[in-house]
Amino acid sequence: MEEYVIEMLNIRKEFSGFVANDNITLQLKKGEIHALLGENGAGKSTLMNVLFGLYQPEAGEIKVKGESVNITDPNVANDLGIGMVHQHFMLVDTFTVTENIILGKETSKGGVIDIKTAEEEVRKISERYGLAVDPQAKISDISVGMQQRVEILKTLYRGAEILIFDEPTAVLTPQEIKELIQILKTLINEGKSIILITHKLKEIMEVCDRVTVIRKGKGIGTVNVSETNPTDLASLMVGREVTFKTEKTEAKPTSDVLLINDLVVKDSRGVEAVRGLNLNVRAGEIVGIAGVDGNGQSELIEAITGLRKADKGSIKLNNKEILNLPPRKITESGLAHIPQDRHKHGLVLNYSVGENMVLQTYYQKPFSRSGIMNFKQIFDKARSLISEFDVRTPSEFTPARALSGGNQQKAIIGREVDRNPDILIAAQPTRGLDVGAIEFIHQRLIDQRDNGKAVLLISFELEEIMNVSDRIAVIYEGEIVAVVDPKETTEQELGLLMAGSKRQEAGEETNV
Amino acid sequence: MSSRMRNILIPIIAVLLGVLVGTIIMIVSGYDAVAGFQALWNGAFGDIYFTGEVVRQVTPYILAGLAVAFAFRTGLFNIGVEGQLIVGWVAAVWVGVSFDLPKIFHLPLAVLAAAVAGALWAFIPGYLKAKFRVHEVIVTIMLNYTALHITNHFIRTVLSDGKERSENIATTASLRSPFFEGLTEYSRMHWGIFIAIICAIIMWFILEKTTRGFELRAVGFNEHASQYAGMNVKQNIILSMVISGTFAGLAGAMEGLGTFGYTAIKGGFTGVGFDGIAVALLGANTAIGVVLAAILFGSLKVGALNMPLEAGIPNELVDIIIALIIFFVASSYIIRWFIDRISKKGAK
Ligand SMILES: Nc1ncnc2c1ncn2[C@@H]1O[C@H](COP(=O)(O)OP(=O)(O)OP(=O)(O)O)[C@@H](O)[C@H]1O
Ligand SMILES: [Mg+2]
Repeated sequence: MEEYVIEMLNIRKEFSGFVANDNITLQLKKGEIHALLGENGAGKSTLMNVLFGLYQPEAGEIKVKGESVNITDPNVANDLGIGMVHQHFMLVDTFTVTENIILGKETSKGGVIDIKTAEEEVRKISERYGLAVDPQAKISDISVGMQQRVEILKTLYRGAEILIFDEPTAVLTPQEIKELIQILKTLINEGKSIILITHKLKEIMEVCDRVTVIRKGKGIGTVNVSETNPTDLASLMVGREVTFKTEKTEAKPTSDVLLINDLVVKDSRGVEAVRGLNLNVRAGEIVGIAGVDGNGQSELIEAITGLRKADKGSIKLNNKEILNLPPRKITESGLAHIPQDRHKHGLVLNYSVGENMVLQTYYQKPFSRSGIMNFKQIFDKARSLISEFDVRTPSEFTPARALSGGNQQKAIIGREVDRNPDILIAAQPTRGLDVGAIEFIHQRLIDQRDNGKAVLLISFELEEIMNVSDRIAVIYEGEIVAVVDPKETTEQELGLLMAGSKRQEAGEETNV
Repeated sequence: MSSRMRNILIPIIAVLLGVLVGTIIMIVSGYDAVAGFQALWNGAFGDIYFTGEVVRQVTPYILAGLAVAFAFRTGLFNIGVEGQLIVGWVAAVWVGVSFDLPKIFHLPLAVLAAAVAGALWAFIPGYLKAKFRVHEVIVTIMLNYTALHITNHFIRTVLSDGKERSENIATTASLRSPFFEGLTEYSRMHWGIFIAIICAIIMWFILEKTTRGFELRAVGFNEHASQYAGMNVKQNIILSMVISGTFAGLAGAMEGLGTFGYTAIKGGFTGVGFDGIAVALLGANTAIGVVLAAILFGSLKVGALNMPLEAGIPNELVDIIIALIIFFVASSYIIRWFIDRISKKGAK
């Protein structure tokens, strides 16, 4: 009978009339990795927030180890051994790893916080699960991947037996994903049970034992991973056939839209992150930038879009110098940008979806006339974008904050593509999107190209780069070290280039 | 609960809690609570004179509240309303005593001087924040003291020859209203209330209707996204402080041109600027909310003067009761902040 550690039975959750979870059942066996799969806005995060005590369900029952429980808040969840790693981390930037972990559960000696003991404890747990976290490091100094491990440590420190991961891989680089998967396996070996939300079917096939599929708030069913395949899973989740390879014709590039010469950009610490970079993107083509995270991609995009000052070089958009112009000037010259960090740059979360849809154009007609906003026009526009890009939101007046992660992303993409820019800079555009949405977005990028526009795609996912790009530029230590044709290269070759092998050879040659 | 409901309900609960605890304190200290509150009510509305005085007190409260609320809505915490008010007051009086002009020029000029002085005083923290990321709270607190001492010096040297107060302003610069005075049995109620109401409408209009307001609010919510969207973040931060300071300076004009008609050396702060923080919080930082909260605060402040006279309740106790109401208002704000944080977490 004690087969299940967690049973969520017939859960229903509404948000002022909108049903996010409708009679969903999920049963977690001890020692398994259980995937939760569903489209953007299907209700996955909501369901997990119910389990973690952040939301109260309107109906249904939750059992932990066979006993019916009432999880009124996250502390109750902690006490029941349930821990959650959120998609957007909840860490205090200026605190150290240990301080963050003990926050709210401080060990003290005579009223003084006992950091030493806590650090020791953190180090021990970290070693046991192979997390390799430095307990004394400051959060603002460590990578996103490390921050995620701190979140994992936090749950383990609180004695979690059941761990919930909400889209943990969406923010990670391919290398970090490999390491995370290793960590998940270690956790299982140590007797933990895991619920994993992910849109990446490959990951599900690789590590999960069973998968529960939900669609538009309703439970579709639970299947054994060994008895299914990615194609079936995708159609279960979307409710139709999904093709994984995007169809496209040969590119017909013409003249340069974006031309970058000898660009030098420093990062926030003052170190040169982009070092004499050269790149061109022509009308009618998609150029993909492949590279390991931290090789100057972010600084490059920020310099092109005007968010960061460049030190040297030239960036020409339609033959006009745009280097170090203010972002508005650059936008008006025909550039659009899907930013990498949607919460930081892409959205004003407290603004409605409608207001976010005009974030760059709010001052133009017809949205504004002689300094007065015309909200009717704005919300009309928003409505049409919402339906065109299938943004699942209760309405255009809903605050962007209340949208599911994937739908926030779709809203941004809709806004940027709709401006029909001469060049579209797309940084990780499909991060956190479901397979159906990814297919749709890729198609929109290709349409953009076919209409004679230029697209610059930055992605850590080689598969995406290979599928969508017409040319691939490999970035390594702030330079483009190679430009290759996706039809004539392999992931292996790209991997070597990204690791800097070509450049080394070239360097040796000049040394001789 | 919808956020609108919450915004209305929380302040009401806070005031009721303040009244409740005030009652308990009065009873425990051996005073007649019912008589106390009756005296409070009579002191504010029992007589047309008192009501005129309430309006007089409400006028600067509205403007000070708007100043705090405007900054707050655009992501800034203007603790410096007090200092901006003081420089506004003195600037208005300076124009009031030093020029000889017909009323249609003199009064507007004096009001304008107060607005500009407040705006300039607020420009400093705005500029420092925009340019050097210096936190506005620290700068505005320091500028409050600076304002106090500089204006005292100015009053002693420029507005008088080493005396404690300036001359009275010319009648051509006065906001005094014989009409209202006649209506309210010679209370000090003056025309300024219209300026305050118009400013409330202006604040609502700027924030909710104009393109600039859209930018100001966006910058307040998320600087990064605003920069990405092509807004000039620094300019908006400065502008927000300047508008806030304008309201604060006008609050000073109400005192200088309306209530008193002169300015005098101050041993300490007027308190109106700080009460403005409570007014803004109670009013949930909306224009209409600020007006309503200012009415409440003005009534309490004026009505309380009657409690020692009519019910024999000592002044100190009256201050405690008022402080309690402010305390509950402020803590209700904290409660709201917690509610928001938790639901944010949930919504992510
Ligand atoms: N606090 C909220 N208020 C109103 N609606 C909400 C709230 N939170 C979520 N929703 C709605 O509930 C639905 C389900 O959202 P949820 O975040 O659970 O989706 P999800 O399956 O996690 O999607 P994604 O893969 O995009 O993260 C969405 O349509 C969303 O707009
Ligand atoms: Mg989600």
